[in-house]
Amino acid sequence: MPKAQLKRATPVMQAYQAFASAREPARPMARNLAIAFVAGGLVCVIGQAVSDFFVHVCGFSRKDAGNPTVAVLIALTCLLTGLGVFDKIAQFTGAGTAIPVTGFANAMASAALESKTEGWVLGVGANMFKLAGAVIVWGVVAAFFIGLLHTLVAPGR
Amino acid sequence: MTYLWAFLVGGAICLVGQLLMDAFRLPPANVVSILVVAGAVLGGLGLYDPIVRFAGAGATVPITSFGNALVQGAIAEGKAHGLVGVITGIFELTSAGISAAIVFAFLTAVFFRPKG
Repeated sequence: MPKAQLKRATPVMQAYQAFASAREPARPMARNLAIAFVAGGLVCVIGQAVSDFFVHVCGFSRKDAGNPTVAVLIALTCLLTGLGVFDKIAQFTGAGTAIPVTGFANAMASAALESKTEGWVLGVGANMFKLAGAVIVWGVVAAFFIGLLHTLVAPGR
Repeated sequence: MTYLWAFLVGGAICLVGQLLMDAFRLPPANVVSILVVAGAVLGGLGLYDPIVRFAGAGATVPITSFGNALVQGAIAEGKAHGLVGVITGIFELTSAGISAAIVFAFLTAVFFRPKG
């Protein structure tokens, strides 16, 4: 429960919150961190292999290989999400698959899939960015102000 | 050698994410947003591209790269076209990733049924 909400809660609710948080099972943090590190590293190694494929087999420059590499990882994630496999992997790996671009793709694909029953326009169309939108909004706002600062401080450099 | 650095750097970024989730009890969406902003700040300071140069996909696959790409696009267009460029440049480098995500997520909804 957020702090502001906790302040407004009745004494009984506060007592319950204290009771519940004292009994919340401790997270196996060392294990989670190790799994996230290894899984995240492996996702990036796969990404590196895909990038190398585009560079060595298709003759792309390293920079041009970036976009198709991300697209391949997104397509793979969407496929695994559709098959219901990605959720199981994500549950096990935690941040290891949530932080790479796979997490972004999974957020969009699962939101699209879940809202299918609400229709194609207000369901799939409107809800696709339900989770992933947060990332885009924060990224764009940050990029705008940093870009603005850069342009004002060092124009045309 | 790039593969080792990709593994170590990519793993380290995910480890930071997991640490934010477990130690500070932040929901995944908040953690991802924080990392995107962190990538944008590092990109603005010119510190992200050096990491990409030695870690390859270890730096381009994590979501921090998205923040960096947004900033690099904004800065490059800002230099060329001034303040309007900052607005038009933001999605310059990331448009492929976002378009691909929209199309593939849509296709996922077309071809699969939600499970359980």
